[in-house]
Amino acid sequence: MSAFDESTGLVAPIAKTHRRGRGFDGHWALVWQKFRRHKLGVAGGIVVILAYLVAAIPEFLAPVTLEAYNPAYTYAPPQPVHMGRDDGTGWTFGPHVNAYKSEIDYNSGRRTFVEDETQPIYLGFFVEGESYNLLGLIPTNRHLFGPVIEGQPFFLFGADRLGRDILSRTIYGTRISMTIGLIGVALSLVFGILIGGISGLFGGVTDNVIQRFIEFIQSVPAIPLWIGLAAAIPASVPPLQVYFLITIILSVLGWTSLARVVRGRFLAMRNEDFVKAARLDGCGPVRIIFRHMLPSFLSHIIATVSLAIPGMILAETALSYLGIGLRTPIVSWGVLLQEAQNVRTIASAPWLLLPGAAVVIAVLALNFLGDGLRDAADPYAD
Amino acid sequence: MGSFMVRRIIYAIPALIAVSLISFLVIAIPPGDYVTRLAEMSAAAGDIMPLAEQEAMRRAYGLDLPLMVQYWNWITGVVLRGDFGYSFSFNLPVKDVIWPRLGLTIVLSVASLLFIWVVAIPIGIYSAVRRYSAGDYLATFLGFLGLAIPNFLLALAAMYIAFAWFGVNVGGLFSPQYVEAPWSWERVLDLLAHLWLPMMVLGTAGTASVIRVIRANLLDELHKPYVTAARAKGKGEFALLMKYPVRHALNPFVSGQNDIFVDIVSGGTIVAIVMGLQTTGPLLLDALRTQDMYMASSFILMLSVLVVIGTLLSDLLLAWLDPRIRYQQG
Repeated sequence: MSAFDESTGLVAPIAKTHRRGRGFDGHWALVWQKFRRHKLGVAGGIVVILAYLVAAIPEFLAPVTLEAYNPAYTYAPPQPVHMGRDDGTGWTFGPHVNAYKSEIDYNSGRRTFVEDETQPIYLGFFVEGESYNLLGLIPTNRHLFGPVIEGQPFFLFGADRLGRDILSRTIYGTRISMTIGLIGVALSLVFGILIGGISGLFGGVTDNVIQRFIEFIQSVPAIPLWIGLAAAIPASVPPLQVYFLITIILSVLGWTSLARVVRGRFLAMRNEDFVKAARLDGCGPVRIIFRHMLPSFLSHIIATVSLAIPGMILAETALSYLGIGLRTPIVSWGVLLQEAQNVRTIASAPWLLLPGAAVVIAVLALNFLGDGLRDAADPYAD
Repeated sequence: MGSFMVRRIIYAIPALIAVSLISFLVIAIPPGDYVTRLAEMSAAAGDIMPLAEQEAMRRAYGLDLPLMVQYWNWITGVVLRGDFGYSFSFNLPVKDVIWPRLGLTIVLSVASLLFIWVVAIPIGIYSAVRRYSAGDYLATFLGFLGLAIPNFLLALAAMYIAFAWFGVNVGGLFSPQYVEAPWSWERVLDLLAHLWLPMMVLGTAGTASVIRVIRANLLDELHKPYVTAARAKGKGEFALLMKYPVRHALNPFVSGQNDIFVDIVSGGTIVAIVMGLQTTGPLLLDALRTQDMYMASSFILMLSVLVVIGTLLSDLLLAWLDPRIRYQQG
């Protein structure tokens, strides 16, 4: 490392400490510095990372598997956790829930649940349960938390119509709900960069036509069209294909905002000196786009992408809730919310809405993250 | 202004043609039609519908014609005679079903838009003027929450709260005795008594985004020299605020109204299904499920037309407010 000293005309080595100054930091270091100051964005980022972690290892985090059900606990309310209990001889520490005694009220035909203090179900971390393969590779039967004795009823979020644990199902649902946004956005990104790039690079009539087309797509009410497309998927299509078809349907209308960002950047950058220099150096259009232009607006693309994911998650949830999106055996938050189909069901079992809380948290976190990234995407503006 | 208006209206025509094509093709292209659906239903009931009968039915409904011919017959009917085709499942012309529903959709959408303005503009102004105050933080927090909660979940929660706490079942836009009744003064009052909840549910997301837009725009304006100059002249703080910076801040807000209206019409479909409103949403879903082709296409078409008209109106409003736009594009 050396620098030319104008006063002496000598080339002097630059001390290492000088490199810490802002002028020497690279683009990504500046983006990171700016992002770190956006507290909500950082918090959102942490939640998003955690959510994708949950999506990666739901088998470990969920107390029971998707298939587990307990007919004695249909529509059981969430069990409160007690920290210790008094068994007559004195208070002892031991986190537990109580088993439910159920009574059927023959007048209303409803089942009511009462905590049975004599039957504590002790809880622990890293307890044994059903075996599974962690990340599809490591065979194990440990679960992060759950009843110490395998198979005892444990319903922290309550149970649904078949006596299935809503907490476990919400944890499993994270996988589908969080990835459908990612895959949908990845597809939109391909369309967006391609079409936006063409629009910005060629300009003129091409640009005009594409821009009018984008305006048109943005003015079509998305949800009726989504419903129309999703309802056209025949019931005989296997669930996994439905998943991919839904992501395609979501990105058919979702690419436009990305295309706009890409086009705007292309237009702004087409006449920049470094692009001209690259062109004079004899670089082809592909090399100019990917080697010179793309890196300088990649941060903008990342920000737009993170703001596009929540829309996809919300759309999938809504479609699945209406019964024309994903369907069992695939479990997403929207599929879980299908259980809460009418007011009477919700009034007798409001915990069926808990998967909705997961949706709200995920969407909030992604919005905060996206906001932070958008502010940080252009670290030179102030 | 006149030439701008004409140009803008002509501009909407290709959009309308494209919208009509899309609404028809989305429904018509996927395999299976209403007759297949009928055959499936009677097969499920243990009664096999002979193929010849199916073909005869297709011919009677015109479903055996090439797609583009079907489209042409349908769209010329819509444009020239106001005839939207025949609803197979209702056994009625689509136009008899669609107009009352569409009217209520417009009422609900416009009411939600007004609700957004009435709530969001004062809160947005307050948030900007009292920046970083407790009220500002509260508004920002609620705004984010409003954006993150899906419409239908909000509808469910609202219905649950009304049902569990107040013991009222708030589904629908009318009390049972008024659903089929002809329009009367009592029916209008009944509608108003039911409208507020779906209106608030639909308006939440829009309110949140309008608050953010107004706050950001107004913050840009508040520290400009012309504000200081007006203050130096001794103008009262409130009159000053309303006369200069708020007027400036409203411009970008008007141009954003179109997107909000699209979202209201679009999101209204799902809210209506969840809350059982007598608008287009529930019937659209039914029509799609039973492959009642003309019904579904007509609903999607009319919702899109509603949006195109909304866009047109908001563009004209903007041009009227801001002469720069008139001259730029005119």
